[in-house]
Amino acid sequence: MSTMRSLTFDAIIIGGGGAGLRAGLELSQSGKKTAVLSKVFPTRSHTVSAQGGITCAIASADPNDDWRWHMYDTVKGGDYIADQDAAEYMCTEGPKAVFELEHMGLPFSRFDNGRIYQRPFGGQSKDFGKGGQAARTCAAADRTGHALLHTLYQANLKNGTVFLDEWYAIDLVKNANGDIVGVIALCIETGETVVVKSKATVLATGGAGRIYASTTNALINTGDGIGMALRAGLPVQDMEMWQFHPTGIHGAGVLVTEGCRGEGGYLVNKDGERFMERYAPNAKDLAGRDVVARSMVLEILEGRGCGENGDHVFLKLDHLGEEVLNKRLPGISELSKTFAHVDPTNAPIPVVPTCHYMMGGIATNVHGQAIAQNEDGSDRIVNGLYAVGEVACVSVHGANRLGGNSLLDLVVFGRAAGKYIESALNEGVEYLEPTQSDIDAALVRLNRWNESESGESVPELKRELQQIMQNSFGVFRQEDKMEEGVKQLSDLRERIAKAGLSDKSQVFNTARIEALELDNLMEVAEATAIAALTRKESRGAHSRYDFPDRDDENWLKHSLFFPNEKRVGKRDVNFAPKTVERFEPKIRTY
Amino acid sequence: MLQVSIYRYNPETDTAPYMQEFQVDTQGRDLMVLNVMEMLKEQDSSLAYRRSCREGVCGSDGMNMNGKNGLTCVTALSEVVKDNKLVLRPLPGLPVVRDLVVDMSIFYKQYERIQPYLLNDTPAPAIERLQSPEDRDKLDGLYECILCACCSTACPSFWWNPDKFVGPSGLLQAYRFLADSRDTATKERLSELDDPFAVFRCRGIMNCVAVCPKGLNPTRAIGKIRELLLANAT
Ligand SMILES: Cc1cc2nc3c(=O)[nH]c(=O)nc-3n(C[C@H](O)[C@H](O)[C@H](O)COP(=O)(O)OP(=O)(O)OC[C@H]3O[C@@H](n4cnc5c(N)ncnc54)[C@H](O)[C@@H]3O)c2cc1C
Ligand code: SF4
Ligand code: SF4
Ligand code: FES
Repeated sequence: MSTMRSLTFDAIIIGGGGAGLRAGLELSQSGKKTAVLSKVFPTRSHTVSAQGGITCAIASADPNDDWRWHMYDTVKGGDYIADQDAAEYMCTEGPKAVFELEHMGLPFSRFDNGRIYQRPFGGQSKDFGKGGQAARTCAAADRTGHALLHTLYQANLKNGTVFLDEWYAIDLVKNANGDIVGVIALCIETGETVVVKSKATVLATGGAGRIYASTTNALINTGDGIGMALRAGLPVQDMEMWQFHPTGIHGAGVLVTEGCRGEGGYLVNKDGERFMERYAPNAKDLAGRDVVARSMVLEILEGRGCGENGDHVFLKLDHLGEEVLNKRLPGISELSKTFAHVDPTNAPIPVVPTCHYMMGGIATNVHGQAIAQNEDGSDRIVNGLYAVGEVACVSVHGANRLGGNSLLDLVVFGRAAGKYIESALNEGVEYLEPTQSDIDAALVRLNRWNESESGESVPELKRELQQIMQNSFGVFRQEDKMEEGVKQLSDLRERIAKAGLSDKSQVFNTARIEALELDNLMEVAEATAIAALTRKESRGAHSRYDFPDRDDENWLKHSLFFPNEKRVGKRDVNFAPKTVERFEPKIRTY
Repeated sequence: MLQVSIYRYNPETDTAPYMQEFQVDTQGRDLMVLNVMEMLKEQDSSLAYRRSCREGVCGSDGMNMNGKNGLTCVTALSEVVKDNKLVLRPLPGLPVVRDLVVDMSIFYKQYERIQPYLLNDTPAPAIERLQSPEDRDKLDGLYECILCACCSTACPSFWWNPDKFVGPSGLLQAYRFLADSRDTATKERLSELDDPFAVFRCRGIMNCVAVCPKGLNPTRAIGKIRELLLANAT
């Protein structure tokens, strides 16, 4: 391995989705030698799929809108384990970040007065929940993610960011002091493995929805960043918190945006009843996603589901009329026709709650610095490592993310991390060079696959993993099922450790990539399972039959999963915003 | 049983490309072509192709299916299969890296060449730049491009001059910025395109329009650029 090439950058950003590109832009604008490394060409990242919009109090739909209302909604939406300093930062910095996107050229839809179009989304209110539904989600039709990702890629081209397209990051390189000093990466096209050295390694690898059998996520969302962090011995936070989106197309898993309901669509059961009126009399179909998803599952369980098997409900849009559908939701009409064989102008779309978003991730502060824990429970900053976007848990989403808040999270914290890294580099940081054995340690996994003889195949093991997660860690959870799931996962881990890679070729070997991804799915699934089993309460997206109530006394906390001991600890939630009074936990109703 | 014939080429082991035959039991379901490829990959893990979103928005999986370019993830078998046969080839005209994976460098280079970003030399306001809904409407049918290259690799003019003719995708993007009321670089953009090849190699064959999976119309955009160039010249 002594012939391995090394590359050196001031900052290496792993991931070319919205978060990675925003961080990359900030750094290349500052003149730092920055590379964005991505396993797919950047515009093929999952951000491209985001539909409904980016939520932010830019005061366009309502000139009196206030970032504090947005912050309140975010904290309440997160069932009070969102960090309030981070939510405050996101909601105050948000407008600047959104206007910057517009200045870069993002083709937002517009109101007649020329300002950015905003639509209502779930969980949004005016005046701290007292002023009715707000319309706070800035949109480019229903293709906001596409518009945002392409705009950011373009801005990076303009600013000369270096791109390592179709490179796969395998594992983090850790020096003797425990600082992260780079990453091992594989050029997919040639098969060459290199060590990329840097004083700032930014994980922006996105989500991991592919741990479930049914998900709205892209095939590439395999939680690689979480896997890398866990293998480096670092803890991850709130991994039990998975959002199930109410409107995945039944059978296909493909998403139709909450913007459909924002524009006036609603859910009905087999009797044609608008059932959300019963569960959330005020917000109805625009209650928090966790609330709507649970209500749907209850309708189905109680025999009011639609279709032959009664296993879904309907999203009704036809009353909106062709013009609204064509103008505001053109992509939805396309997806619905392709994947549900339904034209929403004249028939309802069959939908079912579908795994959508990972609220948990690598704990960070508002600068994107990764956080681990000292013996005494205090925070410890992990030198050299940063995380932004869905892989991070800063935590603005707490136990349940509000629609449109992820795209805002990406650009606000991608930007913040870029700014912080710039100043840290300017002040000068020095870490111990990695030794050969530090580098070898990060190569163990790749070598294992490369030397594997025969063994069970990757696709089959992946399918089993996804099925376990689907069965035992879905919308509703309970002890015995979860215990069984944890046990199955631990058996599966042993089998994966002996699985085989039959194709050992170098050039564009996608079988090798899928094998490496399976390791990461395994890490994410296990962290999720053990954290879910440990949190003995119901909060936000984590809903237990056996512990149906929120338990603020014991669990107004983040969970932290430690990989070496497979132990779950706790971390304090931040209740100290700088410029506003803290929001006290209240019973959450919509 | 569906008969699938796939273009195979691994530069490490194959001296020349060949077609490999597979049989797939679809159980009568009208699957997407991508689903069929996933089933094949389980039979032969060495089969290489790109994919990401599996819903027609990322542009990874442009491919030639029974002679027509398209995205495998949103193309149902019923749309392409003829006589129970499906022939899958890489996008035509680009170098093959392996199997169905092509080298897109020249395609991306043409994209970068048109300066695909907003240029505005006035200071940015404290809020967004205003744009009327009518002006914003002018970007519809342009900004949605997913850079899948289905169009450019169906275009004979691009096959012959991929280094000099920008191609339908790049020109659609060029027009996306020319048409944006917020962009102030119209003159520079046009002068960059003003040579016998960049735009004028388009012969109006409309292959591009026929294959675009997003229903976009590069030919029309190219026509508009021509008009601007001609108006600029006089
Ligand atoms: C269908 C859908 C619709 C959505 N709509 C909205 C919406 O309207 N509003 C909203 O706010 N949120 C929405 N979300 C959520 C939001 O889109 C995502 O949370 C967000 O885009 C994640 O961005 P990211 O930059 O963190 O990661 P991604 O965009 O997923 O990018 C991850 C990047 O990391 C790279 N990568 C990963 N692993 C590796 C590796 N090992 N080596 C190298 N590179 C790697 C990938 O190539 C990619 O470039 C939606 C999500 C889905 C699934
Ligand atoms: S119309 Fe022009 S760009 Fe389109 S395929 Fe024909 S020659 Fe190519
Ligand atoms: S114009 Fe259409 S076919 Fe061409 S690259 Fe864009 S989306 Fe693909
Ligand atoms: S996989 Fe993204 S367009 Fe087909």
